[in-house]
Amino acid sequence: MEQPGRVVDERRAGRWMSALIMFILVAGVLSFVWSSKDYWLLPLASTQGLTLDNLFYAILILTAIPFVLVHLFIGLSLWRFPARGTERAAHWHEHLGAELTWTIVPTIAFIVLGIYGEIVWAHIYSAPPANALQVQVVGRQFEWEFRYPGPDGKFGRTAPKFVTSGDPFGMDPSDPENQQNIVTVNEMHVVLNRPVSVRITAIDVIHSFSLPNFRMKQDAVPGRDVSIWFTPNKAGTYQIVCAQLCGVGHYTMRGNITVESQSAFDQWLGSQGH
Amino acid sequence: MDAVAVHEAGAAHETHAKETFFRHYIFSTDHKMIGKQYFLTTMFMALVGGGMAMLMRDHLAWPNNGVLTPEQYLQAVTMHGTIMIFFFLTVMLTGGFGNLLIPLMIGARDMAFPVLNMISYWTFVPGVITILASFFVPGGPAGNGWTAYAPLSAIPAAEGGAGLGQTLWLVALLFVVISSLFGSLNFLTTILNMRTRGLSMGRLPLTIWGIFITAVLALLSFPVLMAGLGLLLLDRVAGTSFFEPTNLLVGGQISTHAGGDALLWQHLFWFFGHPEVYILILTPMGIVSEIISTFSRKPIFGYKAMILSLSAIGFLSFLVWGHHMFVSGMHPLLGAAFMGSTIIIAVPSAIKTFNWCATLWGGRIHFTTAMLFAIGFVSVFVTGGLSGIFLAIAPVDIYLHDTYFVIAHFHFVMASASLFAILAGTYFWFPKFFGRLMNETLGKIHFALTFLGIYGTFYPMHFIGLHSNDRRLYDNAAYPFLAHTGPIDVFVSLSAFLLGAAQLIFLFNFFYSLKYGPVADTNPWRANSLDWQTPTPPPHGNWGDELPTVYRWPYDYSVPGAKDDYIPQTVQAAPVAAGAGGEA
Amino acid sequence: MPTQLVERARPGALRGVGGRGFGPSDGSALPSREPALVSNGLLGVAALLTAVIILFLALTSAYLYRRQEAGWSTLTVPAVLWFNTLVLLASSGTLEWGRRRIRLGDAAGLRRGVEATGGLGLVFVIGQIVAWRQLAAQGIFLTTNPHSSFFYVLTATHGLHMLGGLAALAIVTVRTWQGRYTAAHHGGIVNCAVYWHFLDLLWVYLFVLLFWA
Repeated sequence: MEQPGRVVDERRAGRWMSALIMFILVAGVLSFVWSSKDYWLLPLASTQGLTLDNLFYAILILTAIPFVLVHLFIGLSLWRFPARGTERAAHWHEHLGAELTWTIVPTIAFIVLGIYGEIVWAHIYSAPPANALQVQVVGRQFEWEFRYPGPDGKFGRTAPKFVTSGDPFGMDPSDPENQQNIVTVNEMHVVLNRPVSVRITAIDVIHSFSLPNFRMKQDAVPGRDVSIWFTPNKAGTYQIVCAQLCGVGHYTMRGNITVESQSAFDQWLGSQGH
Repeated sequence: MDAVAVHEAGAAHETHAKETFFRHYIFSTDHKMIGKQYFLTTMFMALVGGGMAMLMRDHLAWPNNGVLTPEQYLQAVTMHGTIMIFFFLTVMLTGGFGNLLIPLMIGARDMAFPVLNMISYWTFVPGVITILASFFVPGGPAGNGWTAYAPLSAIPAAEGGAGLGQTLWLVALLFVVISSLFGSLNFLTTILNMRTRGLSMGRLPLTIWGIFITAVLALLSFPVLMAGLGLLLLDRVAGTSFFEPTNLLVGGQISTHAGGDALLWQHLFWFFGHPEVYILILTPMGIVSEIISTFSRKPIFGYKAMILSLSAIGFLSFLVWGHHMFVSGMHPLLGAAFMGSTIIIAVPSAIKTFNWCATLWGGRIHFTTAMLFAIGFVSVFVTGGLSGIFLAIAPVDIYLHDTYFVIAHFHFVMASASLFAILAGTYFWFPKFFGRLMNETLGKIHFALTFLGIYGTFYPMHFIGLHSNDRRLYDNAAYPFLAHTGPIDVFVSLSAFLLGAAQLIFLFNFFYSLKYGPVADTNPWRANSLDWQTPTPPPHGNWGDELPTVYRWPYDYSVPGAKDDYIPQTVQAAPVAAGAGGEA
Repeated sequence: MPTQLVERARPGALRGVGGRGFGPSDGSALPSREPALVSNGLLGVAALLTAVIILFLALTSAYLYRRQEAGWSTLTVPAVLWFNTLVLLASSGTLEWGRRRIRLGDAAGLRRGVEATGGLGLVFVIGQIVAWRQLAAQGIFLTTNPHSSFFYVLTATHGLHMLGGLAALAIVTVRTWQGRYTAAHHGGIVNCAVYWHFLDLLWVYLFVLLFWA
């Protein structure tokens, strides 16, 4: 590090490294601003999603501050404290006040954030309203199948032992209710502003039923039924994505979810085969 | 008593009977030789894992070139993660750095169990051979992600091909786990029992504290992985049903498995998996503390807090595994609990970051390559840690789970941070083990290109992750909202190629300097810890006639009134005369 | 050769371990000697046991997790397991007896103890294999039902660790024949005994877990 006879002067190196850190800081912030135009959260289409997005923005601000401050501090330190000649560094290495401050302040920030997060989490997993549209989803390599109840709003009985290639829901043939249920493949329709409760499972491996525009995601696990609910509040057609590696065709496992008026929905449902 | 005299004398003259080539280089029980064996083996595996990444990035930026089929892409993804985590980072840090440094930094002649140490390495090697062999079996290597979720990983029919690769993957990891467990128990015993006179736990370098807590974590978490691997192996080859529920319909046929639970694999895997990632960061944190202090010529700020936070991170790491499973289907109450514990674990990491910053402030900084990587570590660790907060808050994780945002997060905290510490440590300790210095100019170029390459490769992944670009996707073509990610993919891939190329500079520097680097003296960095007070390179037995005695902690840099700006641990102060001030 | 000497040195008792003191000091005081509380070998065994306990805790949690699902039935206890349990308990007894004898300097007693333990240990392992074969004769295999799966996995994992224990015991036995253990120096016996007694207790735990818990 030091050769005898040479005077130590690390200022140039310090400035370069400081500049590099500052470059990262500036590029990091600017690139985020730039990306927020085209590469950002997908257009929001659900009411739950809004609480989620607000939480996201709170975290973004909370994390942007230390990102900037720490990089600024490091850049400044490197600029101000390069080794020069025989100057000695400071020797201080303890400060209880500082330690307590930078322990307690982040802790409080995290606790507040955590409470906010818990509240949103509880809301997401609260019970669905009574008038929710009921849909069942089965994930399989490599498509999504949906099942809607008939006009009486009831699902027929199912059991794992009835699952076949043609019938991933395993509908009990002896239950006439099943005749009225409607099954679609890769296409799901829901009603604008009406809550929808989705019961999700899979029949072969773990998939994940992901509706990014609605900020919803739930793994589809064989042997398990998990329900989620949300309220779509923007009409249109959005993507259903599989968000858990499920085999070679994982990247093709995609569906469409359409949000439309009740009448358009009824029309669509009525025109589906059974 | 006789044993002592004999062994001390024996160590004094290293001219024992000439060892055979095998005994000296292949089946050595000397921790330094074993450490070098581990270092070179894991360095090689890093190249293999990096090669996988280059293939992936080539495909992702230019999907129409036909470089990889969908199956090969998933295999590249899987083997990249598996090799980098298990065969590079984990073992380089423990087997490599742990072996090389522990006896030297604690004033011991070797590990507590040198023969077991040798066995550890030679248990690792079959794991390496097995995982490399899996590339060449029919059907190729495993392609179910490094996380190998069941039932996909348990049922050969679900994944295409005969699936021998996935079976070999399980066997290879079992070797690695057993090797690591032997290593951990060696490290723990050595650190606890073989510290030299005067070296209390409260005067240990933070590098050793990092390795120590890492060894504890490994001892407590690897057996859980072992259980999971064993059960999954039985599911695959013996037809048991630990992880497969009844009536799975795979490939048009009802599977014979019944009664298992798919989530059980995830619990077992992540109970290991989360401590594992802290295994990959704790030793780096220790190394970085050492290097920042040495090259700021200033004691590490908050030594006690650093030890407490290392311990807190270690302890808490066992309580957070469910944050990998927020949307897995486990009960939401569990999710709420894991959200809470995960948020807490961010606090000790924050404390450490501020302590590193406070060490820099007021220092007299020497910008050696090792120091550049240590400073770079702080930057990438902060970036990665902050992105982790988004993922810790479970509702936001719902949106970000399994997207490139997660990939960005762990590549910053794990790949970049751990890698930077490994590189910093290599540049730092190279002169001790090889007696020569690595070239600083090449080192600085290597650093600049690597630092920029890391940010260029992984930072934009935050953006496409926010845009809901999922992981492990062979092709974005099916998703209209991803149609315009092409330019970002290209930018990322070009950055990745730059990053890869930059490592060639390092490799050249490393091997060239072994023979032609400028000769280093015993303590070129003017550092305090015991490892720098041995001859260079350290002889067999490390310490000559007498073991060192330690009088002080390792951070006496720039002590006011001292003659030099560093005081090695072995320097005893002259007793203070009446009226005289200051130290010897 | 220095390496072998390093391995056999007992560092704690000889050169002093660590000492006290936290953080910075003026460096003037000569540090005190503090012998290690526990030998390297025993500390190593303790670490090993920790890992083995965690392994079996993981398997236990998988077992309990599975047991609460539908479709669970328990096998009947193969009778030979009672015999095996007694044999293993006896083997702990003989090893413990041998250890106490060498503490009093009775090398011959130690020899009889380790030889008896080795024999009983082998009988145990053979007895476990007999149990497996008895079950197989009844048509109960690894995949027959979840309980049988766990039975085979748990007994096999315990059995593998028993083989490790037998290997350690073999080394210790050879050293006993060479007369290497004395009243003052028999750490290897202590370490082996700790591991062996642990395997004994582990077996009792598994026996209870599988059939009565």
